[in-house]
Amino acid sequence: MEMTILQVFNGLSVSSILLLIALGLAVTFGLMNVINMAHGELIMIGAYSTYVTQGLFTAYMPKSWFDTYFIAALLVSFVVAALIGWLLEMILIRHLYGRPLDSLLATWGVGMMLQQIARFIFGAPNVAVTSPSWLNGGLAITSSIVLPYKRLFIIVLVALVLTAMYLYIYRTVQGRRMRAVMQNRNMAGCLGISTRRVDGLTFAIGSGIAGIAGCALTLLGPIGPSIGTYYIVDAFMVVVLGGVGKLIGTVAGALGIGMFNTLFETYTSASIGKVLVFALIVAFLQWKPRGLVALRTRSLD
Amino acid sequence: MKKQSVIVKGWASFVLCAILMSGCVTEKEAAPNAGADNGSAPIEAKGDSIKVGILHSLSGTMAISEVSVKDAEMLAIEEINAAGGVLGKQIEPVIEDGASDWPTFAEKAGKLLQQDKVAAVFGGWTSASRKAMLPVFEQNNGLLFYPVQYEGLESSPNIFYTGATTNQQIVPSVSWLLENRGSKMFLLGSDYVFPRTANKIIKAQLTAEGGELAGEEYTPLGHTDFSTIIAKIKEAKPDIVYNTLNGDSNVAFFKQLKDAGITSKDMTTLSVSVAEEEIRGIGADILEGHLAAWNYYQSTDTPENKAFVDKYKAKYGADRVTADPIEAGYTAVYLWKAAVEKAGSTEVAKVKEAAKGIEFAAPEGKVTIDGDNQHIYKTVRIGEVQADGQFKELWNSGEPVKPDPYLKTYDWAKGLSGE
Repeated sequence: MEMTILQVFNGLSVSSILLLIALGLAVTFGLMNVINMAHGELIMIGAYSTYVTQGLFTAYMPKSWFDTYFIAALLVSFVVAALIGWLLEMILIRHLYGRPLDSLLATWGVGMMLQQIARFIFGAPNVAVTSPSWLNGGLAITSSIVLPYKRLFIIVLVALVLTAMYLYIYRTVQGRRMRAVMQNRNMAGCLGISTRRVDGLTFAIGSGIAGIAGCALTLLGPIGPSIGTYYIVDAFMVVVLGGVGKLIGTVAGALGIGMFNTLFETYTSASIGKVLVFALIVAFLQWKPRGLVALRTRSLD
Repeated sequence: MKKQSVIVKGWASFVLCAILMSGCVTEKEAAPNAGADNGSAPIEAKGDSIKVGILHSLSGTMAISEVSVKDAEMLAIEEINAAGGVLGKQIEPVIEDGASDWPTFAEKAGKLLQQDKVAAVFGGWTSASRKAMLPVFEQNNGLLFYPVQYEGLESSPNIFYTGATTNQQIVPSVSWLLENRGSKMFLLGSDYVFPRTANKIIKAQLTAEGGELAGEEYTPLGHTDFSTIIAKIKEAKPDIVYNTLNGDSNVAFFKQLKDAGITSKDMTTLSVSVAEEEIRGIGADILEGHLAAWNYYQSTDTPENKAFVDKYKAKYGADRVTADPIEAGYTAVYLWKAAVEKAGSTEVAKVKEAAKGIEFAAPEGKVTIDGDNQHIYKTVRIGEVQADGQFKELWNSGEPVKPDPYLKTYDWAKGLSGE
């Protein structure tokens, strides 16, 4: 029984992490249709931003302030990753709209370059980030069920990011423009929307969210030049399974994969669990090729 | 635009498959694509220098570990050159990048042997890279010095193994754990050749020495979510977790173990792939109190080690640390030098013959090349991680242990080496 409760929580936690790493991609791939293989590296940039922010706090701030570095790091990660994403869009991606194969190869190349740059700047070995003390430990429900604060924090963070994204896309003028451009670029352009600016901004936002994911993942995982490669497959899986183009699909995809992964892993092993999840996804996509939430409003153009 | 989204999705799934497959391929033993043409090229030192190859991953996922070994080997070469070289000649290193890709290792090994005609190569880290290079060295009659602890059950006439084999690391550490920390053991490892072979040996040993297997789990390389595995460990309530995870998974495992409220006081973990360098990337606060088994620590107390650590830090920076494979790489260069000087030649057959029984006062203490299997005698050490990221030695074998890669001297291991 305790195992069941713990595993339901773990499933939720895995889902929230998957959702966090996939949300940025849901924008760049899902909305903009750019197969962004450098998404993992944007996560890496977020992680290193956290590392640098922590270093700055240790060096220049009073010790008692140290625990607040993580909040600052979340913002810094978003801004740095968004800036790099915006640059990437300006220099490269905008020449590649509508050319999936080219954007795939180009962003893959960019990803490798970013990895090597990180290796030059920070060195090949992993770096360590000390998590803030208020996230250490866990909520003890019974003696054997301990819900780590870090995992709870990530669940809350995902909910916040998701809400912010929803409000931005569906409740603001910029969001409406974004949707207009993604649905029908030519028509939106005719109506006076600067599609170039919207593209740049959208890609920057997607990248920034990847940065936030990178920051949050420093709590649980390694921080090194190649961490992006661990997350990129999962991120694509979530977006493809969820259905390209709708946020709610990404949420459903993340929940589905997270829950099933935990379930399978409980009864088999980590390797077999992953294989079973992939098999299930492949089978599902045979049945519903467009994912869980199939809605493509782009079909108009 | 229906069509486009289908195309996009098609490509996305193609890429996913490609990534997944590349993940699989890297774990297989890659066939060498650098074929050897016609047997052995006579390797003679020319002019005033002797060429040696350095072949490690300087890019890709393994760069995290291998760059430091390359640095240690370069340090040894520099020292030897400053002291007059080998046979009066300077050593000229030829550095190649294996790029964390096993076929590349085979290809570069072929290039070093055939084109550069190096006298010896120092290189490799993963078992997969060694197994890819092995046929190249055998066909070209080259000489490889491999510096990392590995799963044993191998003894190539063209390889010198300066890292530990199983009876110099895993087997004694399991015995020590059973005597000192309890009998119920949970085996956790990455899903590839080293952990699976190591755990096969451990299971046979547990049966023979009265231990109990509490569970066995493998994760894909690069696995970063250990919530389920930690839940399973909690339920199995083992005394000991024997950890053969490799690479970045260790970071995720230990961070999440601590968050789940399990500390080194509640449960012993012993790792065989976590050394000083990895501690820096995980954080000493997270690892404090956990155990590791190696043959060398930066804190190992020998005069040779003090000098080695000082020189390494002077050359590469005070923040750098030394660790077991780094020391084994450094020692390998000196062992080769000693063998060449004894043979009076760099010819492979003569060097191999001369190498038998060569002794060297390494940073880890005295090491001796075993004439039968070209491994080296090494002292086994179990250490506990301290708050400063260094190890405190809890136990050592007292004297260098004779290497036994096929575990022939252990009754319970019969049948393991059959493959």
